[in-house]
Amino acid sequence: MLHKRNPQLNKHGELIHLLSIEGLPAAVLTQILDTAGSFLSVNEREVKKVPLLRGKSVFNLFFENSTRTRTTFEIAAKRLSADVINLDIARSSAAKGESLLDTIANLSAMHADMFVVRHSESGAPYLIAQHCAPHVRVVNAGDGRHAHPTQGLLDMYTIRHFKKDFRQLTVAIVGDIVHSRVARSDIHALTTLGVPEIRAVGPKTLVPGDLKEMGVRVCHDMAEGIRGADVIIMLRLQNERMSGAMLPSSSEFFKSYGLTPAKLATAKPDAIVMHPGPINRGVEIDSAVADGSQSVILPQVTFGIAVRMAVMSIIAGNDA
Amino acid sequence: MIDPASGHDAIADIAIAGGRIVAIGAVSDDFDAARTIDATGLVVAPGLVDLAVRLREPGHEHEGMLESEMAAAVAGGVTSLVCLPDTEPVLDEPGLVQMLKFRARNLNQSRVYPLGALTRGLGGEALTEMVQLTEAGCVGFSQAEVAVRDTLVLLRALQYAATFGYTVWLRPQDAWLGKGVAASGALATRLGLSGVPVAAETIALYQIFELVRATGARVHLCRLSSRAGVELVRAAKAEGLPVSCDVSINHLHLTETDIGYFNAAMRLVPPLRQQADRDALRAALADGTVDALVSDHTPVDEDAKTLPFGEAEPGASGVELLLSLALKWGAEQSLAMTDTLACVTHKPVQVLGEALGSLASSTGRLVVGGVADLCLFDPAASWTVTPGVLQSQGQHTPFAFDATGFELLGRVRCTIVAGHVAKESA
Repeated sequence: MLHKRNPQLNKHGELIHLLSIEGLPAAVLTQILDTAGSFLSVNEREVKKVPLLRGKSVFNLFFENSTRTRTTFEIAAKRLSADVINLDIARSSAAKGESLLDTIANLSAMHADMFVVRHSESGAPYLIAQHCAPHVRVVNAGDGRHAHPTQGLLDMYTIRHFKKDFRQLTVAIVGDIVHSRVARSDIHALTTLGVPEIRAVGPKTLVPGDLKEMGVRVCHDMAEGIRGADVIIMLRLQNERMSGAMLPSSSEFFKSYGLTPAKLATAKPDAIVMHPGPINRGVEIDSAVADGSQSVILPQVTFGIAVRMAVMSIIAGNDA
Repeated sequence: MIDPASGHDAIADIAIAGGRIVAIGAVSDDFDAARTIDATGLVVAPGLVDLAVRLREPGHEHEGMLESEMAAAVAGGVTSLVCLPDTEPVLDEPGLVQMLKFRARNLNQSRVYPLGALTRGLGGEALTEMVQLTEAGCVGFSQAEVAVRDTLVLLRALQYAATFGYTVWLRPQDAWLGKGVAASGALATRLGLSGVPVAAETIALYQIFELVRATGARVHLCRLSSRAGVELVRAAKAEGLPVSCDVSINHLHLTETDIGYFNAAMRLVPPLRQQADRDALRAALADGTVDALVSDHTPVDEDAKTLPFGEAEPGASGVELLLSLALKWGAEQSLAMTDTLACVTHKPVQVLGEALGSLASSTGRLVVGGVADLCLFDPAASWTVTPGVLQSQGQHTPFAFDATGFELLGRVRCTIVAGHVAKESA
């Protein structure tokens, strides 16, 4: 009935928060990837610091535990010379009954400049972005099933690094798509950057048919899904979904959708294999593939730091 | 004056005495009015009848008080309202119902008709004392938003209610499939919100219709949300099953795309669905498949709404928007004013039926000798829905998008209940 401006852009269309990749123009994504490229060399120097965020306070607000993602944000912020404060909210204020916005108000009073937010509910970073002071920036570090935009961007960086041109590619995303914020962010980024064929591969319990309205081809057959692919993104299968109403067992999942050397051989000979980590060996991916020559899982991690530095420096530099 | 029940649409004087309408048109010369209201330019209609209003008392006073919500009702031109049993404690004891009726009566505003709980504590296990609850003032029995999971209990509840001719009010939603926070579909998938499939509604409807066939119980279906649900109700009515149904103002005007960027004001139950569903509901209300338009008034406090979408409490204040949103729908469907107003006056009274007792024959109508429950409104006056403009303690409405507000036509000027002016505004 009424459509508001995308809350992560200012009136000039510049990025002021990173909440989702959806709705961001290709030029903004490319700007982030290009900026990340320039930060990669910083990470290889002996003194791995630039002063772009000197004097700024970055608060890592993790309402849901994630040591790995939090660490990469912390490293990225520190390499930009920011002061980093890590808050494990899951075990502190929320446990004492403080509401999300009260927590935000309190931390704002400590003169935070940026919140990096991980939350189990889809959309939580939008609520925070709406209610914090105008100078405060919000980076979504994963909200529910909705979005994980920095992961999406680092995946794009990785694909661009190895494959150069998005407009020729076939990308297969395999596994638990319905619960995956990574998959959603990847799909939005890939469609925005012009990838002609994106396949979502998995059983019907994990790959809903209406995903095709996001511009992907839904494949319930693994052979069809990865045949001729240039890029295969394997998703992590969460422990709680390995047995129950979604899937009967992890071994049965591996049998149908696990990526083995034999299955990988049906993709393009130079196909790359990606995974957001942490990997479940023998559940979604065979060790021979995870450690094999086509795996780019570790470069993803390296690029992730540069991409997060790029995002933080860009949004800190734009005025609301 | 417009009387939707008779189709009477004319300029006429109305005389009121002793809480009743004593004359329409020809007022005798010896009628000595203590007060005269000049309704030039206004529509004089029967007071509105809203089949779904949460007054929030007892137990949820932080979200709404009898005083605030009754004031909201008369501000919206609502003179009779049905309130739900999902209070705290639940309305499952005659004493609670008597207390609520007593407190409401003392406010001297709208007439309040409680629905009693169908099962104790809405627990879905043990039946309530329906006969005694009816004597205390209940007009039917409801589970509010809580589905009865045990089909044997539902069968027994319908059998027992049918014994005494009571109507059972059910919101058709399967307990298991209904656990999500948005309608299943492309939008929920894109936003990463858990979905409620249409089958949550249709499976419940199939189940209810089978039990109605088995028991002969009269069932009112609350808040239809889907095109498939509308089709099932249409078929059930054609078959002659004793069922009626309603739709909320929210589902008549909004769709899932209004959720936008996780706007918690759009967190409603049932969830907002697609355009095709909304269109089917609009058409079904116009053709009579859906019997009544309701506000589904649910005041929610600020703290419960300023949460991530999935955690936010469902519901919206709406009783003050009922008239304007009915008129908006009617205008968009090119309906006559009488047909539009019928959905919020005598048609909901037909749903209540005999439960209104002696008031059944004249509530929702303008008839000589009938109760003087009136709503005087200016159909051309516009007003803007913004946060803070409502009388309701709950300020959340999907129709107050932001500070700039949402413009609606139709402003209530005077609400009269039993001949008493309950609300007047310039």
